Amino acid sequence: MRRSIFAALLAFGPCLAAGAILAQDAPRLRGPDPFSKEIPAPPMQRQVTDDLRVMRNYPDQPPVIPHAIEGYAVDLNANKCMSCHARKFTEQSQAPMISVTHYQDRAGNTLGGLSPRRYLCVSCHVPQTTAKPLVENTFADMDALTEPERQPARGRN
Amino acid sequence: MDLTRRALLKAQAAAAAAAAANVALPAKAQNIATGEDLHLQWSKAPCRFCGTGCGVMVAVKDGRVVATHGDMQAEVNRGLNCVKGYFLSKIMYGSDRLTQPLMRMKNGQFAKDGEFQPVSWERAFDEMASQWKRVLKERGPEAVGMFGSGQWTMWEGYAASKLMRAGFRSNNLDPNARHCMASAAVTFIRTFGMDEPMGCYDDFENADAFVLWGSNMAEMHPILWTRVTDRRLSHPHVKIATLSTYEHRTTDLSDMTLIFKPGSDLAILNYIANYIIRNGAVNRDFVEKHCNFRLANTDIGYGLRPEHVLEQRAQHANDAQVSQAASFEDYAKLMSEYTVEKASDLSGIPKERLEALARLYADPKTKVMSLWTMGFNQHVRGVWANHMVYNLHLLTGKIAEPGNSPFSLTGQPSACGTAREVGTFSHRLPADMQVTNPEHRKHAEEIWKLPHGLLPDKVGYHAVQQDRMLKDGKLNAYWIMVNNNLQTAPNTNNETYPGYRNPANFVVVSDAYPTVTAMAADLILPAAMWVEKEGSYGNAERRTHFWHQLVNAPGEARSDLWQLMEFSKRFTTDEVWPAQILDANPDYKGKNLFDVLFKNGAVDRFPLSELDPAYENHESKAFGFYVQKGLFEEYAGFGRGHGHDYAPFDMYHEARGLRWPVVNGQETRWRYREGYDPYVEKGSGVQFYGNPDKKANIMGAPYEPPAESPDAEYDLWLVTGRVLEHWHSGSMTLRVPELYKAFPGAVVFMHPDDAAKRHLRRGQEVRVVSRRGEIRSRVETRGRNRVPPGLIFVPFFDASQLINKVTLDATDPISKQTDFKKCAVKVVAAAMADAGEQP
Repeated sequence: MRRSIFAALLAFGPCLAAGAILAQDAPRLRGPDPFSKEIPAPPMQRQVTDDLRVMRNYPDQPPVIPHAIEGYAVDLNANKCMSCHARKFTEQSQAPMISVTHYQDRAGNTLGGLSPRRYLCVSCHVPQTTAKPLVENTFADMDALTEPERQPARGRN
Repeated sequence: MDLTRRALLKAQAAAAAAAAANVALPAKAQNIATGEDLHLQWSKAPCRFCGTGCGVMVAVKDGRVVATHGDMQAEVNRGLNCVKGYFLSKIMYGSDRLTQPLMRMKNGQFAKDGEFQPVSWERAFDEMASQWKRVLKERGPEAVGMFGSGQWTMWEGYAASKLMRAGFRSNNLDPNARHCMASAAVTFIRTFGMDEPMGCYDDFENADAFVLWGSNMAEMHPILWTRVTDRRLSHPHVKIATLSTYEHRTTDLSDMTLIFKPGSDLAILNYIANYIIRNGAVNRDFVEKHCNFRLANTDIGYGLRPEHVLEQRAQHANDAQVSQAASFEDYAKLMSEYTVEKASDLSGIPKERLEALARLYADPKTKVMSLWTMGFNQHVRGVWANHMVYNLHLLTGKIAEPGNSPFSLTGQPSACGTAREVGTFSHRLPADMQVTNPEHRKHAEEIWKLPHGLLPDKVGYHAVQQDRMLKDGKLNAYWIMVNNNLQTAPNTNNETYPGYRNPANFVVVSDAYPTVTAMAADLILPAAMWVEKEGSYGNAERRTHFWHQLVNAPGEARSDLWQLMEFSKRFTTDEVWPAQILDANPDYKGKNLFDVLFKNGAVDRFPLSELDPAYENHESKAFGFYVQKGLFEEYAGFGRGHGHDYAPFDMYHEARGLRWPVVNGQETRWRYREGYDPYVEKGSGVQFYGNPDKKANIMGAPYEPPAESPDAEYDLWLVTGRVLEHWHSGSMTLRVPELYKAFPGAVVFMHPDDAAKRHLRRGQEVRVVSRRGEIRSRVETRGRNRVPPGLIFVPFFDASQLINKVTLDATDPISKQTDFKKCAVKVVAAAMADAGEQP
């Protein structure tokens, strides 16, 4: 399958084929060919729900959410995420505690609980689907730059 | 280095063995990097995405960006980023980055119907210059155009403006910001005589009530939303009221949610004005001292092609921008039509809720911050909507002081800085000046050291008009930079694509990635992006911020600035300026355009020795002087001394941005208010000094219906927009695996009853069809957006579902900004369509 997409890309010219296109639905990046053609919509992707931690790309990256959050209320009355990730519930839930940074207000003072500015969890933490990336990303892990031969294999892609 | 690594590897093996044997080893033997390996070079930069202007710290190692985090010292975001901002590290590393110019060729020659082949920059510019010269000779300056962006750095926009207006003598220069906030920008000028907000983000910590007009800040301005939620959850008396055409993450955290019928916001706004007048809540003293009243021309059409029946029928399609001086009584009489009953009927919102909203504005003790973006701006009456919200703040005097703030949010990182301040619109010059004003042109010619009478006086083609003129064969040499217009313009299959492929036209696209637009071009130029160049952006609160070049661009990719300046070298004044002007100014005869525009004694006055030796600067080294500093300082000359003051160039490389006017090194947080703004005269309290009489205009205008509304056949409203994880057309964010996987494809958000009525299941493939075109997509009846019956929402980031084939190219007739929020569609099952059946 990958080979045939590669061949199709060659039609655009050698340079555009240089970037490896991974998934079938490459029109998501460049549109249909020709532009005016109507193409089928790929199926909706399933959520990742395996609860496995995914390595961060760098320390400050907000971890992605490895479970479904469909129907979670985050409103003026309740924050469903905190019912597992708040400090006091982590023992029973075995979920990671929210980061210590999340206890700080805008001025840097440490509060007794989740800072109101951090209330909407999904602004930074997003669930993942099983969609295959459209194109390879050549971002290099900082450890890989210093220790290229000693990198753990990345988990699922 | 190699030895160290081997040593560490050994140590790791030893540590593993020791751990197995439960033996502790000394710290230096642990499985961690030490010394040099730990060092990262951190520098500041603004985020590449929306108009919020968050500060980011960027870590570089071995010439690559390896990490980013929210800048603790940045006042805007104090250490926070949204999910897109946190993944900035990866946006430059999609493996299909463009690294060489690509031209459509056949038999070694350019051919409109050829295939893309890599060519050298030399070859690319040769072809481009010969096309430009041919078009200039055969058709004149009005056949040359450029479509830029609110993502240009300020000096890129400035260089483009000089090249287009002074070089090619064409005002056919417009930014994609036209699609984004032209309505806001135009109304600022019409109301206050000066562009951009009077308040700033500090208003978030001072307001008692936030009223969001058609804005989903939780997804579109997430970091500003953290400041709203912080204020709301920390201070129980604070209220959030959100008006929208559907429910979303912002309404989840709102005290009041008011879902209105598309377009009826105008009636709600006028009702609130009426409530304020009837309940004695007008701040008489403020209004008498600081406001004028005007009434707008009505029945102004919809910015469609002039032959369209809606334009033919409209009384004031050709003088939509005109208004007449009026009295308070005239205005009050017009507003009196907007009773709570009428507003409720038109909007579908219960009367009590409208009254509760009106009370927030009317109560003199409640400090109100009104916020809006695309809901108001992408509106066939966007200018009126902007006026109407200013009217509320002006009637009550709730303006230009901490917490009382009508605040226009922006969608692009430099919509304010580059599109508006620098003036890359088809009608504007720097510092709010206009191309139609002879004094303004003269002033620009003086600063640019150019002959008098050189600058063209005719307003150029705006964004939508450029597409129409390309299609009609009247605009023939066209350069698109930093935007993906074929995905984001309205009605693209009929009005945009035909122009790009019109054999009479030569279309050039400069971009970092092969976008939909690039694929439809004749020549693709590979662009450097974000921290691959030294840059400057201006955010929504008048904050100008700079960054250094931190890494090199891949391959032969070059910044837009280099491209614009290098291309100018291909022309002499004799080729582009009229003989009449050259005869009157013989010193300019036979000059290279680069020398006249950029080596003019001003732009080139800072030597390379002024560069910060810690950072690379490709453009400066290529041209032999500190290009960015020279352009910025020449440009700053337009605004200094009359309310648009920038700080000296070097200050911005130190500060986390500064809000203009910067006077004596001090930024201005609240304009027009004595004590905050040095331009306001002592003892006057408030002065809207952008207007000659220092007063603001309260503009009366009625409710008028949208250009197209659902009917029996096309029975649903279509609203388009963004999602949190993707920015605009997704050319950066779709290439970040985590962001892509979070929201991999566009869907049709639809009410479950509407789905059931059409026998559609969640996930089913459907066709979204309008009178213009159609796409295929998937039904989503759950998730973050909850639409009412009769309305669907489809995001535009997905190039495989080009929803702008479906949208209507109706614009606000005054601002020329497209309404992407209101047109009529039907949704049918894709399988049924294949079988040829009708629903």
